[in-house]
Amino acid sequence: MSLTRSDVEKIAHLARLALREEDIPGYARTLTAILDMVAQMNAVDTRDVTPMAHPLDAVQRLRPDEVTETDQRERFQAIAPQVEAGLYLVPRVIE
Amino acid sequence: MNVCRPDSMSLRKLWVKVTRMDWEPVIGLEIHVQLATRSKIFSGASTAYGAPPNTQACAVDLGLPGVLPVLNEAAVRMAVKFGLAVQARIAPRSVFARKNYFYPDLPKGYQISQYELPVVEGGRLEISLEEGGSKLIGITRAHLEEDAGKSLHEDFHGLSGIDLNRAGTPLLEVVSEPDLRSAREAVAYMKKLHTLVRYLEICDGNMQEGSFRCDANVSVRRRGQHELGTRTEIKNLNSFRFVERAINYEIERQIDILEGGGSVVQETRLYDAARDETRPMRSKEEALDYRYFPDPDLLPLVLEEDFIAAVRATLPELPDEKRERFIYEFGLSPYEAEVLTASRELADYFEAAERASDGETKLTAHWVMGDLLGALNKAGLEIADSPVTAEMLGGLIRRIGDNTISGKIAKQVFEAMWQGEGDADAIIERRGLKQVTDSAAIEKVIDEVLAAHPAQVEQYRAGKDKLFGFFVGQVMKATQGKANPAQVNALLKKKLT
Amino acid sequence: MTDLHRASLTQLSAALAAGECSSVELTRLFLGRIQRLDDRLNSFISVCAEQALDEAHAADRRRAAGEAGPLTGIPLAHKDIFCTDGVRTSCGSRMLDNFVAPYDATVVSRLKAAGAVMLGKTNMDEFAMGSSNETSYYGAVRNPWDPARVPGGSSGGSAAAVAARLVPAATGTDTGGSIRQPAALCGLTGLKPTYGRVSRYGMIAFASSLDQGGPLCQSAADAALLLQAMAGFDERDSTSIDHPVPDYSAMLDAPLSGLKIGLPREYFGAGLDPAVGERVDQAVRVYETLGARVREISLPNTTLAVPTYYVVAPAECSSNLSRYDGVRFGYRCEDPEDLMDLYKRSRGEGFGAEVKRRIMVGTYVLSAGYYDAYYLKAQKLRQLISDDFRRAFETVDLIAGPTSPSVAFPLGARLEDPIQMYLSDIYTIAANLAGLPALSLPCGFVDGLPVGLQLIGDYFTEDRLLNAAHRYQQETDWHERVPPGFDESSQAVGEGD
Repeated sequence: MSLTRSDVEKIAHLARLALREEDIPGYARTLTAILDMVAQMNAVDTRDVTPMAHPLDAVQRLRPDEVTETDQRERFQAIAPQVEAGLYLVPRVIE
Repeated sequence: MNVCRPDSMSLRKLWVKVTRMDWEPVIGLEIHVQLATRSKIFSGASTAYGAPPNTQACAVDLGLPGVLPVLNEAAVRMAVKFGLAVQARIAPRSVFARKNYFYPDLPKGYQISQYELPVVEGGRLEISLEEGGSKLIGITRAHLEEDAGKSLHEDFHGLSGIDLNRAGTPLLEVVSEPDLRSAREAVAYMKKLHTLVRYLEICDGNMQEGSFRCDANVSVRRRGQHELGTRTEIKNLNSFRFVERAINYEIERQIDILEGGGSVVQETRLYDAARDETRPMRSKEEALDYRYFPDPDLLPLVLEEDFIAAVRATLPELPDEKRERFIYEFGLSPYEAEVLTASRELADYFEAAERASDGETKLTAHWVMGDLLGALNKAGLEIADSPVTAEMLGGLIRRIGDNTISGKIAKQVFEAMWQGEGDADAIIERRGLKQVTDSAAIEKVIDEVLAAHPAQVEQYRAGKDKLFGFFVGQVMKATQGKANPAQVNALLKKKLT
Repeated sequence: MTDLHRASLTQLSAALAAGECSSVELTRLFLGRIQRLDDRLNSFISVCAEQALDEAHAADRRRAAGEAGPLTGIPLAHKDIFCTDGVRTSCGSRMLDNFVAPYDATVVSRLKAAGAVMLGKTNMDEFAMGSSNETSYYGAVRNPWDPARVPGGSSGGSAAAVAARLVPAATGTDTGGSIRQPAALCGLTGLKPTYGRVSRYGMIAFASSLDQGGPLCQSAADAALLLQAMAGFDERDSTSIDHPVPDYSAMLDAPLSGLKIGLPREYFGAGLDPAVGERVDQAVRVYETLGARVREISLPNTTLAVPTYYVVAPAECSSNLSRYDGVRFGYRCEDPEDLMDLYKRSRGEGFGAEVKRRIMVGTYVLSAGYYDAYYLKAQKLRQLISDDFRRAFETVDLIAGPTSPSVAFPLGARLEDPIQMYLSDIYTIAANLAGLPALSLPCGFVDGLPVGLQLIGDYFTEDRLLNAAHRYQQETDWHERVPPGFDESSQAVGEGD
């Protein structure tokens, strides 16, 4: 398997990553190498194997329905890139 | 030309109607039921509506680095309660997955939602059809998930504002089978579900606040054709009216395309209520690849039989059961039973009023459906906020039943109770509204009325029966409505013959 | 007693208890060493001198009040992956260069509660992705045993700092060997606990199903002391296990006679530096003299660990790192044209090359049509790898082998070849995939560079691992060696500021 430039561009778009043009061939090469290495998995027949969900087969614990958190907007928004009137601002969202 | 025109118009309409008949709409609904928990599905932040922006978005809801989700027990109970109420299978093991996509109102870049293994599978809901009879609508599944925040498009120097208070609010997404065949059926199903979730007390049902929202999958196919047509998904339907209008618009649009030889594009569309039309959603133009996988921060949800049994024990009487009971226990008509069980609060109100009325069941049904609902509707109030309590209304009806007051006077008493003047007995007493049942007193008034209208008496006796009502009216007027109508009738008849 | 800077946690704890020194003195001593010596290593991203001295004063007051525990007043450092309230938490990334965490990770708050003093935050591979500590936005960390070589990664800063005695002990995290491999390369004792033993809350996620926090220390006795405070159930972490925490120090001296140690033949084959293998063999012989019974075992799916890991870890990371989008915290690109540009450039510029590479691998393996072939397949192989260990632990108590196939390699040697870099973790990855506890301890030197012996135990046998390591350290002094140039002798206590 060999990833092309356009494969890399497609993946990068899906992952919302801007790549520099000159870096794309390098990514194509290393991603290909990684996927080739990973392909070793195919040597094993896993038809009857149950995929692991948790190493100790633990199950989900449930939390009582209680309000435990208080308003910390000021603290949280102090580290935000852009806020106004308590809102996080982003370039226009189009539905 | 002018003469022809109306004819060709109506012909065309007829032709359109006939060809439309060739097409069968196929509709499935995905209804997002906001669960009425105190805290969020994966965090301890409040779910209360209407707080200032981002004051109820805690570290977990904001997806800060390092935070982790822990599942709210009440949300699970509510999902199970719903599953039991629609006779679905409760999965002994269900799994939370991540649905990955980037959107500013989705803080983590993924939504936690059940995907391959939902908690509820394979239920059904019976709807009444307008043309009579009923129909079972299949419920494919119901799964737990977290809600996203909101994007506000008011202009912040050309930017959008993001409020994450709603992020992490628990939702139960109820997916129906594509069993619905018209917009009307879709609305009937949605209303039925709306009633059910409020009965179960798992959702406040407030559609303005978005507690109960609907996406509709719509396709059409030639009648008799088995395979489904290409469907579109319409989002943002937050009222029964919009659901009906949007589905009808979409059905027409799709038939127009197919009649014109085109093909329907599978896409997500947004209903624009102001223009009453659907249009493609720009944010969904790109085919999305959600890269679902089990959320490694959450473990499989395993529900033991005793947990399910404990939830089953909390199930209230369901709307259909209650309706049946109202018919056989109270002798109500199916219509009355349907109206009075439309919500749990109304049914409870009726039952309490009926108890207080001392057995005046029919009269109570009549008053609740008529005067009470009318007054509430006019004042824009919910039953819970009614200034006339069930006990007060029952007390009023009791006084009609025991002839203390007439039905007409009762309306006056009801009005006074509505204005907060106390209970029926106090008002009757204070205003001296007690019915006159003393025959001698009534006879005296009748004599006076007949003496004052000799001409009419003549006419009546000559065969003008209609004047009987005139005499009744005069007597009631003279007694300010307090004379017992039945006695007045009887005595008048005697005097006039 | 030895010079304080090279004293173990256990010794410092005793010295504080005996009043031979104060926490303020110790804090000044180590802050001074960081200031003088860290230029050579780059092991710290942030040093919190003022806050540390405040904490030290508080610890001394607490001791005076008779409320001190074993860690009260002990200076420590946290890997910069643990959120620290009010202190920058960068995760080694430009993305979080400006991120001042608004809360404490559970590990941090537990150690705070124990009275430990935090000197600062240590350097690491960006988002813990790396085996050499060369992917950090803050530059590579150097190995104190040879500054031209890597300290290992991703907890390279913690390892280098403890090895150089800039701090007596530090926390780390281990997703595929990130505590054990740097411990081996720097001559330390590092423990990755059972998955679920130490809370992940506030520990910035790389691969949620593999990440575990643990101690990086000079000795097993120190690791026991630190783990004691770190371990335990946390209701904020759904994957945390509610299992009693034993007294790790109490078990340290238990005899090893009859202990069954298995040597997996797959860990001693091609790819292992023979000189490293020789040191491991010598260590095994020490165990035999201590009464352990050693036998060869087989873990047949060993070669699948690296491929499996490089599906699971990138898949989880691609989703975990979606929250870094320039909206609520962290890096935001200059003047985004639109939403897409904001996302792409903030993430493209905020993440380094290796992080981007892994996000892309993960995005690819989860994308439509590939999930079954990659992620699902890998989760099945995880089960097979785990089954190998389950079978092995039916016949042995511990598994021993090399931690890393080689000693510390030169800076830059594997940077251009990711596969070569990934193979650095060939012996450590399986324990993460299976969720087992594993420890690395120093067992000799090759060309003046430390070699690590890895011990893998069954679930929740951290006490057994620490016991086995401690008994070995009673017989050897590899763990007491200090890198040349970092062992300034007899400084006056209280020197530095």
